[in-house]
Amino acid sequence: MIKIEAKLQRKHFNFEVSLQIDKRVTAIFGPSGSGKSTLLSLIAGITQPNSGRIFIDNECVFDSQLGINKPIHQRRVGLVFQDGRLFPHMSVEQNLNYAFKLNSQQKQLIQPAEIMQLMALESLKKQEPHQLSGGEKQRVALGRALLSSPKLLMLDEPLASLDEKLKQQILPYLKLVADNINIPMLYVSHSMDEILQLTNDIIYIENGAVVSTNQA
Amino acid sequence: MMQALFSFTPEELAIVWLSLKVALLCVLIILIPGIAVSWLLARKSFWGKSLLNSLVHLPLVLPPVVPGFLLLLLLGNQGLIGKHLHTYFGFSLAFTWMGAVVASAVMAFPLMVRSTRLAISQVDRNLEIAAQSLGAHPLKVFFTITLPLAMPGVITGLILAFSRSLGEFGATITFVGNIENETRTLPLAIYSYTQIPNGDWPAMRLVILSMILALGALMLSDRLERKANQKIGRQQHD
Repeated sequence: MIKIEAKLQRKHFNFEVSLQIDKRVTAIFGPSGSGKSTLLSLIAGITQPNSGRIFIDNECVFDSQLGINKPIHQRRVGLVFQDGRLFPHMSVEQNLNYAFKLNSQQKQLIQPAEIMQLMALESLKKQEPHQLSGGEKQRVALGRALLSSPKLLMLDEPLASLDEKLKQQILPYLKLVADNINIPMLYVSHSMDEILQLTNDIIYIENGAVVSTNQA
Repeated sequence: MMQALFSFTPEELAIVWLSLKVALLCVLIILIPGIAVSWLLARKSFWGKSLLNSLVHLPLVLPPVVPGFLLLLLLGNQGLIGKHLHTYFGFSLAFTWMGAVVASAVMAFPLMVRSTRLAISQVDRNLEIAAQSLGAHPLKVFFTITLPLAMPGVITGLILAFSRSLGEFGATITFVGNIENETRTLPLAIYSYTQIPNGDWPAMRLVILSMILALGALMLSDRLERKANQKIGRQQHD
């Protein structure tokens, strides 16, 4: 479960939300610039709200009144971005192992071999990121995020930089993760098409505020 | 003639050895502070940042004699700090080869920082955030992501510093003098030969030695940089 009550004031942008998310897969939908990514940054700890409280899995990671602000690396959220952000100096396998090794003390949920199989990366494991197509990169990024055994998986427009054909190739992998891996997932997108293939639980954001939640 | 050109006398080789020793040690002592200061300047904002930046770069724009003179005032045997080093530890930097290392370190430091700072600031911060989100402590992120990706710039900085140290003249002669077998490095030896009658030929031989060393350093730098670029997946098209 994720609980967030937060206020963020910037020069040309105010963001204020109060949300409780307890579904397995929740989509965050809204026009660009509406604050979808800001919501993810606040939860991940990349951006600090001016005031508020944030709970991930019933654990407080931010509370402005109590002075709690856990750094990114202690929040255990898996992030997948539009641009993949694979480490360019490491092979596919090394990218995956980087995440796995960092969390080897945790009760591992998933092994690198399983992820390679699930994401069909076996044949790519020795490749360097610059040799991969956009779709392959996203599969590695998704696998890497899963291997950090996160409490929460957040995907920020993971398909936005892919063409229609590639999108249709990646969506099954996303569905696979949504259906088979027991990690809550927040999925940011401005494409309702994409969202409806993954979930019916949708939070609509506009101008830095939640307009409606359709959590069935 | 060719024989005379390519067999060097023990005195000449001693000069080269001293110069290399000073330059290598110079690079070694500025390596860690250089990377630390570069990271501070590239990634942090703090009170006094522009003052630090100016101080680091000052030796680059001052006449080299000035830092040399300031070193003498600070670290000379009668200097503010040197006085105590001398009385309590019997240790003196002025007019020793270790002083030459310090003088060239001060002069080479800004070159090291310029190159490394640029390289660090060009590392995509989003990659650092991605590593943190996977659970990596910021220190681990620095050593596994930031530093490896900035490595080509760090190597360039080190080679620049090494070459600067090989060529150091003004600060060295002011701080540690021109003492044979102690502080007389290649440039100082060349200068000394030009000051005596019939010194042109021996000077010329040392000039050739200098050029060989400089070329070697540049070629090594090119090679290392290529390797480092390949390692971080950057393609070179030349």
